[in-house]
Amino acid sequence: MKKIFFSTLCAMLALASTSHAETINWARAGDSLTLDPHAQNEGPTHTLAHQIYETLIMRDMTGAQVPNLATDWAPSADNPNVWTFKLREGVTFHDGSEFDSEDVVFSFERAMMPNSDMKELLSSVKEVRANGKYGFEIETNGPNPVLPANLNDIFIMDKGWTEANNTVEVQDFEGGEETHASRNANGTGPYILTERVPDAKTVLEANPNYWGIGTFPLHVTKVNYTPIKNAATRVAALLSGEVDFIQDVPVQDLGRVDGDPNLKVLNAPQNRVIFFGMNVGGDDLVSDNVEGANPLADKRVREAMNIAVNRDAIRQIVMRGQSIPAGVINPPFVNGYTDALDRIPAYDIDKAKSLMAEAGYGDGFTITLNCPNDRYINDEAICQAAVGMFAQIGITVNLDARPKAQHFPLIRNWETDFYLLGWGVPTYDSEYIFNFLVHTKTDQRGSWNGTRYSNSALDAKIVSLGSETNLAARNATIAEIWEEVQDEILYLPIHFQVLNWGMGNRVETLVAPNDRAVFKYMELK
Amino acid sequence: MTGHLYRIWDSDLCWSFRQSPVAMVSACISIALVLCAILAPLIAPYNPFDPSTLNLMNGFSRPMEPNAFTGETFLLGTDDQGRDMFSTILYGMRISLFVGFMAVIFAMVLGVLLGLVAAYAGGRTDAIIMRIADVQLTFPAILVAILIFGIAKGFTPVHLRDQMAIWVLILSIGLSDWVQFARVARGAALVEIQKEYVEAAILIGRRPEIIIFRHILPNVVSPILVIATISLALAIILEATLSFLGVGAPPTQPSLGTLIRIGQSFFFSGEWWILFFPAVTLLMLALSVNLLGDWLRDALNPKLDD
Repeated sequence: MKKIFFSTLCAMLALASTSHAETINWARAGDSLTLDPHAQNEGPTHTLAHQIYETLIMRDMTGAQVPNLATDWAPSADNPNVWTFKLREGVTFHDGSEFDSEDVVFSFERAMMPNSDMKELLSSVKEVRANGKYGFEIETNGPNPVLPANLNDIFIMDKGWTEANNTVEVQDFEGGEETHASRNANGTGPYILTERVPDAKTVLEANPNYWGIGTFPLHVTKVNYTPIKNAATRVAALLSGEVDFIQDVPVQDLGRVDGDPNLKVLNAPQNRVIFFGMNVGGDDLVSDNVEGANPLADKRVREAMNIAVNRDAIRQIVMRGQSIPAGVINPPFVNGYTDALDRIPAYDIDKAKSLMAEAGYGDGFTITLNCPNDRYINDEAICQAAVGMFAQIGITVNLDARPKAQHFPLIRNWETDFYLLGWGVPTYDSEYIFNFLVHTKTDQRGSWNGTRYSNSALDAKIVSLGSETNLAARNATIAEIWEEVQDEILYLPIHFQVLNWGMGNRVETLVAPNDRAVFKYMELK
Repeated sequence: MTGHLYRIWDSDLCWSFRQSPVAMVSACISIALVLCAILAPLIAPYNPFDPSTLNLMNGFSRPMEPNAFTGETFLLGTDDQGRDMFSTILYGMRISLFVGFMAVIFAMVLGVLLGLVAAYAGGRTDAIIMRIADVQLTFPAILVAILIFGIAKGFTPVHLRDQMAIWVLILSIGLSDWVQFARVARGAALVEIQKEYVEAAILIGRRPEIIIFRHILPNVVSPILVIATISLALAIILEATLSFLGVGAPPTQPSLGTLIRIGQSFFFSGEWWILFFPAVTLLMLALSVNLLGDWLRDALNPKLDD
């Protein structure tokens, strides 16, 4: 009797473990900000969106562009301003409705709306149109040879579902709006959203009608996504087996996680730069103690701040060697990066002090630094270290650290004078950085440019990149723009991040340079 | 003068103190810690609140071992920002004690005042005050404190938040703690009011505020003192809890709770001293004050023996 009981128990346990083997418990520091796929151009938001929604073209785990909802794309033979796409047939959305060119036209038009955070990627687009049920065309203002690189994060929604749920307008995230699309999702992707409690829990289950069944491993059939902000708690969850996969192993715990026989850490340099932005264009700052003038408008002050940052100390102590100090806000993966641009400013406190005195701020000034505390690796600790470094040249910095959901709107709404931001470049081209961070803030471009910087000559050069077909001439313009950005000291670069993904030994995945886990590619042993 | 001192030495309270080794040890520890906190600027080798003196390269120095980069040695090591732990703990304890004392004084003044008024006025005034107290008692103190802290922070201008954080903490802890004082003061006062000396004072026509403060208050002081001592330990812990949760003292002006929150991140990675020393200091401080409060309660209320 006892024997039978025992063998039954064993069989039950075996059953339990095989079904369990397909569930991945996934944690990272922060949650997706919204489910509306066009509302926030932000890493973790898009990482979740890529499991549920799909794009025409996507980057796989190595960073290469692969077909997704488009099977084929090429410049039109008749018109150099037109790109044509052949769409995948037989695809359905999670609610069962059919995918066709109407949905693609609708989604692109939605992504170009003023509230959309994806509009900068489509700023060169003049018109999008259907060409039959499974044909799609994009016409640009002048030839755009690099257009496909901009389409990796333009998600396709179902026109019928979006209209039926009255959510055609993109969610106004900065204005605090909630819509049907920000809480619900209906994509064509490999996983269906079954439960969503923002900042607490998101559950995804495999899409039984997915077009890619047989093409991708799809070992993972269920994903439980839990944001765990506290670094120690996140590591404890991984060590105890409560979660299988975390995308951000704290640098202080790398040794401990890697040393555990059941766990491993995979690392790779990330396509992301961390930097400080400053209000250089405003007449006066809100958070400083200088009346009627903007100390950050003085280039000497910016240069002093730039050489007061001890990037090597941040790498050694705050990042424990897990970063690459940066001299430019352009990661080495990206077209336009050169070693000459990335020359790290020499740390020189004496020179910085004399520059401050020259600018008339020998006694320093007071300013507030806004910093996220759940977005980048050790973001708050970097800011805290910077407080000490700026104090050495007389700048008293008050640190205001907040969760990213409250931090990012400060930048987008011009409510901060001095902030920390990180930027990844999904197109692998400098134009993306210029469009978002350097171009004057307008309805089409510059949405993340919190510097208030505006230079019409530079803007014209940035716009010209969208239609320059001669790649040599285009690269020359990119170099000219970088030279100007570097000369102005528009941003204070800190470092490029290094990714450290921690996971159980049974998980097999590559580390994508864009920090994007894509579960359809993940294999489980 | 010596006669005066002898009277104190020979009093019941002092006799009970001399009979209790626990009281003597905890008094010594409390006094030593309070002195350390008050004299922190003289004792501490560094000023951790002045960010311009910090050298990030000193970060994560082990206790009593020279730093690999700078060669400097720190008694209790340094934290992730290169702050000397010993100095930071002294300054952090200063904030913890300051917030604790001020919050208790605030709660005591408010609570005793309301309690005495309720007892003396009786009727509707008494009912309103004590029902408010009852309602507040149904919520945990930490919840009330977080609520008040959040509201008060919302009203503080952004550039003053760091400077105001300490006062907002005092306000929120004080407001979450007044009920104890009000209930004890009212209870004790109700007993006193029925005594003949109060009736006599009323008969000769003294004004109510004189009766409350000159006649009743001095006779209800001892239970209030007991509550105050125990409340001090609770206030210190409440402040540490709030700071641990990240809603209290800012990271650039760390209290003991903030230090424990910072140290917690480095616990798994072997940098134990960043968590251990602030935690032990908080434990010693709260325990010694609490034991002192317990002894005081027993000494002042021989009948109350639980």
